Amino acid sequence: MTGFVSLSRAMALGLLRDRAAVFFTLVFPLMFLLLFGALFKDTSANAVKVVQVGNVAVFDGLPEKERERLRPVLEIERTSGSKAALEQALEKVRKGEVDGVVYQSDAGSGARTDIGGRDAGTDGQVELRVSAADPAKAGSVRGIVSSIVQEENLRATGQPPRYTLGTHRVEDESVQAIQFLTPGLLGWAVAMGAVFGTAYNLVSWRKKRILRRLWLAPIGTGSVVGARVGVNLALALAQTAIFLAVATLPYYGLQLTGDWWLCVPLVLSATLAFMSIGLVVGAWAKTEEAANGLAQLIVLPMAFLSGSFFPLDSAPEWVQTVSRFLPLRHLADALQGVLSRGESWGTALPVIGGLLLFGAVLTLIARSMFRWDTA
Amino acid sequence: MDQTPAIMAEGLRKRYGDVTAVDGVSLEVARGEFYGILGPNGAGKTTTMEMLEGLRRPDEGSARLLGEPSWPRDPRLLRRIGVQLQASAFFEKLTAREQIRTFGALYGVPPEAADAMLAKVGLTEKAGVRDDQLSGGQAQRLSIACALVHDPELVFLDEPTTGLDPQARRNLWDLLRTINAEGRTVVLTTHYMDEAQQLCDRVAVMDHGKVLRVGAPAALIEELGVESLEDVFLALTGREYRE
Repeated sequence: MTGFVSLSRAMALGLLRDRAAVFFTLVFPLMFLLLFGALFKDTSANAVKVVQVGNVAVFDGLPEKERERLRPVLEIERTSGSKAALEQALEKVRKGEVDGVVYQSDAGSGARTDIGGRDAGTDGQVELRVSAADPAKAGSVRGIVSSIVQEENLRATGQPPRYTLGTHRVEDESVQAIQFLTPGLLGWAVAMGAVFGTAYNLVSWRKKRILRRLWLAPIGTGSVVGARVGVNLALALAQTAIFLAVATLPYYGLQLTGDWWLCVPLVLSATLAFMSIGLVVGAWAKTEEAANGLAQLIVLPMAFLSGSFFPLDSAPEWVQTVSRFLPLRHLADALQGVLSRGESWGTALPVIGGLLLFGAVLTLIARSMFRWDTA
Repeated sequence: MDQTPAIMAEGLRKRYGDVTAVDGVSLEVARGEFYGILGPNGAGKTTTMEMLEGLRRPDEGSARLLGEPSWPRDPRLLRRIGVQLQASAFFEKLTAREQIRTFGALYGVPPEAADAMLAKVGLTEKAGVRDDQLSGGQAQRLSIACALVHDPELVFLDEPTTGLDPQARRNLWDLLRTINAEGRTVVLTTHYMDEAQQLCDRVAVMDHGKVLRVGAPAALIEELGVESLEDVFLALTGREYRE
């Protein structure tokens, strides 16, 4: 037992003190998450920005409650009513810095009107200028400003509204970027840690003859293998904890669903599967450099083909087919399911079984290739 | 003390493909003896050592250590023997103290005893230094300390002084003499004939997988009528250049 504990400790220390290993298994994938998560965060429309030039009665007269309600969708910047200010504001619209300009051309002032001059009987003509560059933004600016004007019109009549509009948000079921990035990048990180760590360790211990030295110590194979597996599983759990902690920050906004904890057995069984790849690499490679190269040659294409970095929805058919044979693809899909899409055992169990089977087969292959010595 | 021989090997033979690396080696090493296995490169020293240690299964013959067969692997026997394979057989990124404590723990040796062994080889000051920062002599002493940490009765050392400067070699010789004087049986391989002459009670000179001659260095020198063990070695193994 003390042998197992001290070997685990030795391996953990060796891993933590290896700055390159810590960087590539923890920091590097996390950088991708931080970066991609920020880049693809919430691409839907934000509040529209409008410059109000001078006084506009319907805007200035808005009750406080109404202003509060509009704040998330409409941002108003006020300037003086001078001609220069108007010109400046219009220039901003042209450059796309703001989405629209509102100003008031007073009734009967002789100002040109856009709505066919039917301004008799109105207190004011609200003018809105939007850019033609972004029709979607222009549409929402028009909609918001128009609804304010209409509501003010209604209020002016003192009549209760005859029709009202009831709206309610439907739960968004499309996959958000963070829901997709978290499992993909976490899977990639776990794969790197397990494949590289195992392959490098096996080659290095063979070259340095630590394998032989351990053979000559009164310690069971189970303790040696168990210590190595234990350290890798602990690393994978640490990676998972860090990734989830970052992804669920309000800024990135990953919402965990019901049985999200199933990610733990998924990650653990995937670690075993990836370690078995590392064993085959380590059994084949004669030098640490060869082991690193081969591991990179396996992990990076696997990550791309498994959709770790971008979705495979639009990928060609053959890529989809190949990816179904890759453990990382199944891990990423199942992780996405249990973490944020409310899926449960039905998703996780077949994947866990498949990963363990994959690991068992590759371990047997590695065993047949195993060598004690470099020669 | 138990008088079964420390090592009793009979007819050890090992082939790799067409090459017979060890071709019928028989050895007997008494308890407390300092025994050297000498031979040019490729003579079969290392393979012989590995079969004695129980690292490799002999194709033919058998080896008994302290009365127990060394193959198949027997954890109870492993507790009684110490093996130094080479000075780089250390765990990655661990300090000298962490290395010896880890090896000690494999044998159930408490950390204090491991630290005491570190002090014995004069590395207490270097306890916090990582293995790759140690000098050649320090790494050799650490690797010997790791082989001795569980107080074995029989110790195998593979070329312990290769690559060391003369000071470090002399320093290591003193350490090896101390180990032997404490009653341990020591078996070493070496290329240095002066070293074997200084340290060993008896030597076996090997070539082409066979033991050519066994005896005390002084007796061999006298027998062949030469000046030194090096002359004995050259007389037995010839002067042609070896790869």
